[in-house]
Amino acid sequence: MSAAIETEGLTKDFSVGFWRPRPYRALDHLTLKVAAGEVFGFLGPNGAGKSTTLKLLMQLLYPTSGEARILGRPAGDSAVRQRIGFLAENPYYYDYLTAEELLAYFARLFGYRGAEVGTRVARVLDEVGIGKERRLRLRRFSKGMTQRVGLAQALLNEPEVLFLDEPMSGLDPLARRHVRDLILGLRAKGCTVFFSSHILSDAETLCSRVGVLVQGKLVASGKLSEILAFELQGWELVVACGPQLHADLATFARTVTPLGDGHVLLHLAPDAEPDRVVAELTRRGARLVSLNPVRETLEDYFVQVVGATAARDASGVGA
Amino acid sequence: MRTIWTVAGASFKESVRDRVPYTMVVFAVLMIAASYLISELTAGQDLKIIKDLGLAAMSIFGLVIAVFIGIGLVSKEVERKSVFGLLTKPVTRAQFILGKYLGLVTTLAVNLTVMTVAYYAVLFYMDATATAGMKASWAAPALDPRQLIAIALIMGELAMVTAVALLFSTFSSPLLSALLTSGLWVAGHFNGDLRQFEQVVDQPVVAWIARALYYVLPNLAPFNVKAEVVYGVPVSAAHVGFTLLYALIYISALLVAAVAIFRRRDFK
Repeated sequence: MSAAIETEGLTKDFSVGFWRPRPYRALDHLTLKVAAGEVFGFLGPNGAGKSTTLKLLMQLLYPTSGEARILGRPAGDSAVRQRIGFLAENPYYYDYLTAEELLAYFARLFGYRGAEVGTRVARVLDEVGIGKERRLRLRRFSKGMTQRVGLAQALLNEPEVLFLDEPMSGLDPLARRHVRDLILGLRAKGCTVFFSSHILSDAETLCSRVGVLVQGKLVASGKLSEILAFELQGWELVVACGPQLHADLATFARTVTPLGDGHVLLHLAPDAEPDRVVAELTRRGARLVSLNPVRETLEDYFVQVVGATAARDASGVGA
Repeated sequence: MRTIWTVAGASFKESVRDRVPYTMVVFAVLMIAASYLISELTAGQDLKIIKDLGLAAMSIFGLVIAVFIGIGLVSKEVERKSVFGLLTKPVTRAQFILGKYLGLVTTLAVNLTVMTVAYYAVLFYMDATATAGMKASWAAPALDPRQLIAIALIMGELAMVTAVALLFSTFSSPLLSALLTSGLWVAGHFNGDLRQFEQVVDQPVVAWIARALYYVLPNLAPFNVKAEVVYGVPVSAAHVGFTLLYALIYISALLVAAVAIFRRRDFK
């Protein structure tokens, strides 16, 4: 599959300090390929360089070295901008324009004219769930509503590649669900989505591939199925039982945690044969409430990778 | 060109809805109207006072609007990051700068037209209520169309000030841009003195610097023909033509510099 987004040794240095400026490397030789149709999650702690990468791809920043290509053309090319959408982190638009006017303005910049402007604007506003508020000036909009307007403007031209910087930021749970569904819908239509996020559960739901950026360096990337060890790590069993059984529970489980109301949480080893444990506990008067397998999550992986990088850097400094 | 006009249209819409310049126009119109009342207090100088105050109000309030919105053209967009949404559309940075500039100049032209209508309304009332004897004592007729020359030159000056504000706002903060633009406006009105500087200093280096500054800084004095039109002194077509041509060339140079700076700028 052809690459929709490609970076080669992309590096950005900023100058910090007023009297004695010194270079600060925000992005360090990022080499990355995102295939057409992929949903790529760009993860990393605060200050890792995620927004810098997105701004370099949008040519809001110029690289110190390296290059970036989108849809086979240099990033920033006018023809490329016609085919992409971008949502900035914490977007801000014009106070005195209404949502409708802003989007009509942007639609005209894409070259749409006449009735098509109104049709497109109405469609994207419906898609992001902005109703009668579309005729209000943007200065009256809450953070979440502004975020929706940001999403709407990114979708105006039915982009082939969509760049989203923290798209869930400022959204309530319902709106987050809505945006998740929107991205899944775009994925189904073959749109390539490149998004940065702190919210790992969203990345886990949406992404086909992720990259983890720490201190400007890409420390891991790959398909979720490859990254996450899907082998079983254990079982979580919740039973309801009387206090007389509590003492016996420890013989079945690694840990036993009372949850109140007579419910107890047991962590079982992966080879603990949960059917047998449940049968035995039921025989002794307990009632099964729930039984779930425990597997590694993206959050576990993220914490492990970021922690390992920090530890490596600390030992390097100390050496 | 279509993209530039699209950006200009949105900038115009945004700036005419901003309350501060709107308030300035209202205030200027009130001041022009009040000049009639002030003229009532003076004997024989009534029309002159109305014209002096009216043209001065247009010039000063126009300047405040030009600086206020001019600095917001780019620096506020960068500061608030609204520029991110625009520059990731099929818009070049040069189109963005030129569109913003045209939008503001259009706003200024509309504001100045409103003030001109208010000014002529007061003069019309004055003309309609004056006796033949009073009219005979006026240096120039109340509705003298030559006053439009002074207003056209005020517009030329404001267009230059806007271009200066735009240039500063491509690389500095809104506050600094406002200070620098206002400073340059003051310097621009005393620019002619720099030319005479070499006659009063002995140091050739200082004289050379003064001469260089004379050519580099905007020369705004020729735009001020208010006294001439108030007293009915003719203003030559050549003066108006050359002054407006100077404005056009100076504005073009400022816009080229603004685009050159903005084109290489990083938006963090």
